[in-house]
Amino acid sequence: MGEAIVITSGKGGVGKTTTTANLGTALALLGKRVCLVDTDIGLRNLDVVMGLENRIIYDLVDVVEGRCTVQKALVKDKRFDDKLYLLPAAQTSDKSAVTPEQMKQLVDELKQDYDYVLIDCPAGIEQGYKNAVAGADEAIVVTTPEVSAVRDADRIIGLLEKEEHIKPPRLVINRIRSHMVKNGDMLDIDEIVMHLSIDLLGIIADDENVIKASNNGEPIVLDPASKASIAYRNIARRILGESVPLQTLEEEQKGVFSKLKKFFGVRS
Amino acid sequence: MSKQRSYVTIKGTKDGLTLHLDDMCSYEELMTELDEKLTLNAADAEGPLVSVHLKTGNRYFTPTQEEEVRALVRGKKNLVVGSIESNVVTKEEAYEWKRKNEIVPVAKIIRSGQVLHVEGDLLLIGDVNPGGTVIAGGNIFILGALRGIAHAGCYGNKEAVIAASVMKPMQLRISDVMNRAPDYKTEERNEMECAYIDDTNQIVVDRLQLLTHLRPNLTRIERRL
Ligand SMILES: Nc1ncnc2c1ncn2[C@@H]1O[C@H](COP(=O)(O)OP(=O)(O)O)[C@@H](O)[C@H]1O
Ligand SMILES: [Mg+2]
Repeated sequence: MGEAIVITSGKGGVGKTTTTANLGTALALLGKRVCLVDTDIGLRNLDVVMGLENRIIYDLVDVVEGRCTVQKALVKDKRFDDKLYLLPAAQTSDKSAVTPEQMKQLVDELKQDYDYVLIDCPAGIEQGYKNAVAGADEAIVVTTPEVSAVRDADRIIGLLEKEEHIKPPRLVINRIRSHMVKNGDMLDIDEIVMHLSIDLLGIIADDENVIKASNNGEPIVLDPASKASIAYRNIARRILGESVPLQTLEEEQKGVFSKLKKFFGVRS
Repeated sequence: MSKQRSYVTIKGTKDGLTLHLDDMCSYEELMTELDEKLTLNAADAEGPLVSVHLKTGNRYFTPTQEEEVRALVRGKKNLVVGSIESNVVTKEEAYEWKRKNEIVPVAKIIRSGQVLHVEGDLLLIGDVNPGGTVIAGGNIFILGALRGIAHAGCYGNKEAVIAASVMKPMQLRISDVMNRAPDYKTEERNEMECAYIDDTNQIVVDRLQLLTHLRPNLTRIERRL
């Protein structure tokens, strides 16, 4: 029986889809069987980021409406030999085509076959959000170091804390630009973590290679040299329960590292 | 025979008249005697208005009865009811009093979009984040950072205060007075602070230690009885 993790944020464009694609890929690289579920019905793009869009035949709405089985709709990522699959969102319907009950049933079914089911949540707190969280056991909240993104993350955390079936959400801070933080032009990590008061799962630098990789349909984790890749791999290991100290980018910011350690229970 | 009846005892004080009403006799007997005694004692119509304080002992007046008593007193020249005091209250009144006076401890972070409302005093162990709101009929004490909105004395109590370990609110409201954060950034002070309404009917924020002088009754449970 696997675990279902929803990746959510409230605000759009902060990196939910990128995070879902990269964490899924990283978990598959670590030998786990992973299924990615795109719940952004009407605005699907997880398939594009994964480079799988040409192989889609059926989608999530087809499954829910009984036009095909889940197995038939799943798109296999050939790079990972039976480890990584994608259940794409429908592009032609809208979010009301699926109910939270149907989503829960679907995710429960996928959990039978996969170690991790990663659910990419659409922006907002409406129907699409409700569908995405319905079947989840855990939640990852993605934010960027901007006041508006943090505000929306706070709102989402408040909603997630009301969902009794979901464990306390964990935080990923994406698109950090160290020079802006240093100059005080961006919120720093300490500030965000203190404000949101949830466990920090990891931080990812703003890196144009992330955008390039997504455009090529090859998640950045597949490039072992990039910093963002290491950051995503480390998050994946933390999801598996390892305690991995924060790397590189965070060491550039004096003082942060020591303070963050206690969030992972790292002993030095 | 009027001699043996003494259900109403009248005493003159500097605040007017205090009437002790017997709580064993019937309501009708009491009303008859009250009427007689007040007529007898009526001062001349030219005098100033005298307020009458009724002490009803263990008798409970229903709202209708209370209205009748008030009407009776008002009917006498230059008398008016100042207060009616009884040893008994209904259960509802007691519960209401409790709700409005108890300190409600809550351990939680009030996040953006969330509203926490209590009838009495709020003791919040946690933060109020920007976009979050706490509302209390009484005082608000926050062991944490206030970065959202706090509204104390929401039913009109202007004596209510708001105290927080870190006072960085978006908006403060006490009773019907409001003030919002300045548009410029203020430096973070590492001191607990409190907000209250001052003599000019404005909300001011000051050191927490001042509260003992400003609101000496703050911690006395009987303060609103
Ligand atoms: N760490 C990063 N560095 C640079 N660009 C990023 C990073 N993470 C995401 N992006 C870019 O930001 C945009 C929005 O990301 P996306 O994952 O689609 O957000 P969401 O799913 O939350 O709407 C995309 O163009 C993506 O490539
Ligand atoms: Mg997306």
